[in-house]
Amino acid sequence: MRTRRVMAQVRFETISVLRNGEQLLLSLILPLGMLVLLAKAPLLEALGSLPAGTDPLLVALPGALSLSLASTAFTGQAIATAFDRRYGVLRQLATTPLGTNGLILGKLGAVIAVILIQFLLAFAIALGLGFDGSVDLLALVLTTLLGTAALLSLGLLMAGTVRAEATLAGANLIWVLMAGVGGLVIAHPGEWGTVVGYLPSGALGDAMRAAVGGAGFDVKALIVLLVWGLVGTLAARRWFRFE
Amino acid sequence: MSESALTIRGLHYSYGAHHVVDGIDLDAASGSILGVLGPNGAGKSTTISLAVGTRAPDAGHIEIFGLDPFRQHEKTSLLAGVMLQDGGLPMSAKPLQVLRHLSSLYPNPLSVDELAEPLGLHEFSTRTIRRLSGGQKQRVALAAALIGRPRLVFLDEPCAGLDPRARAVVHDFIRELAAASVAVVLTTHDLAEAEELADEVVVIDRGRIIAQGAPEDLRSASPAGRRLTITVDHALSPAPPELLTTMNTIAPTSALGSAFVVDGDLESTQIAGLATAIAEAGLAITDIDMHSQSLADVFFELTGRPLR
Repeated sequence: MRTRRVMAQVRFETISVLRNGEQLLLSLILPLGMLVLLAKAPLLEALGSLPAGTDPLLVALPGALSLSLASTAFTGQAIATAFDRRYGVLRQLATTPLGTNGLILGKLGAVIAVILIQFLLAFAIALGLGFDGSVDLLALVLTTLLGTAALLSLGLLMAGTVRAEATLAGANLIWVLMAGVGGLVIAHPGEWGTVVGYLPSGALGDAMRAAVGGAGFDVKALIVLLVWGLVGTLAARRWFRFE
Repeated sequence: MSESALTIRGLHYSYGAHHVVDGIDLDAASGSILGVLGPNGAGKSTTISLAVGTRAPDAGHIEIFGLDPFRQHEKTSLLAGVMLQDGGLPMSAKPLQVLRHLSSLYPNPLSVDELAEPLGLHEFSTRTIRRLSGGQKQRVALAAALIGRPRLVFLDEPCAGLDPRARAVVHDFIRELAAASVAVVLTTHDLAEAEELADEVVVIDRGRIIAQGAPEDLRSASPAGRRLTITVDHALSPAPPELLTTMNTIAPTSALGSAFVVDGDLESTQIAGLATAIAEAGLAITDIDMHSQSLADVFFELTGRPLR
């Protein structure tokens, strides 16, 4: 019975995301558009982010996967949850047999469902563009789970502690920063690269590039994600307010 | 005696140093309507969220059909339905989608149509919640509270912002619920609503109960049963002393703004005498009003503050 309720919530939340135009732009169109752009236009070479002779898809695909994940788990969920909180949706659902735990499991499930769709589309496009790199499936799954835990918990922490408008602005700004300078899409050289490697965005980027670029497990990046996931979950449990 | 649906004893809750709920007792029985009346910020909504177990009280005891709503939430959530003041509806979904989803969370829900039909939800079922008027949202929220076939419903300001027609629909609905043996707990700061619907009224102010009883008992318990107000075309500060003296020989009169106020039950001859005295003093009467004291007057007497 409890499982059935959580699945109903997963379905409802997933459909809500897929029906929402802004969420679709953020979750599908921008990451997938970026995938095509980085793969086809000589942007990565111009940025110096592509060693000579490397297939740009080896950077573009993990970049698109990381960006997709961050769009859904962090920015999309932060904004949706912030407004659900503002309008009392969380409190209302908490009074149903779903309860607060079911509500959170429902969100987690919906995020994973949407990420699955994003990844399938990204891989389909990459294969269509001629991707023939090696993918370490286990590393990809582990990276996705730990990255989702870290970014979702931080997104919910934000949604549950600050006003909805502030979350809307902040979560979008952080998305731009993560994608632009946070190591999410491309690796940054030098000291900055080391710094962002300890942030959720850089660690996710590093782990994803290893999993999809042929290197397999980036253990350090996975540990960083794990720590952020634990910190985010504990902080969200401590400070998240339903109203 | 009908079945006890809700029992609250000695409830306390604070936000930091602010005591929002400061020792409240409530009882609601199946088939009856309990009105919880008080100004904004009196602690009504907090009491509801404690009663449905979305948070734990600092102290006190709550039972919903004998179960603890915080520790046994999964069981009590099947018994109690809640309509929140701010709606609690996801903005980007359509009304019937929301209800269908909520119904899937309960083992034995009402069908969406059973609620959509009488509440007139089909009129606007193609629009998203965001695009509904306040009254339409309230009706969807009421349906959301009832979809799980609750035996106890909490309605937090169910008619706030409704036009008279929608209000009548909701009032009828609430009466039908009670007739079907559901216990209804209704918070409101609208006195007319509490007087019209509630079998028993609890008046809350600053987290404490300051009065309770049947609406008519509360009214008759106040010292002055009825009040006559005669408004004239002049400010009565000061009122002509001779006139006031004359009027006081008929009934104890006080002047307030541009009105004479006489409390108590009056004979027709007394009312005529008062009016004649005013006319002979050369003042024009613009309004005469006699009414039973309302819960608003009762609240004012109890707290020295108006209800709103």
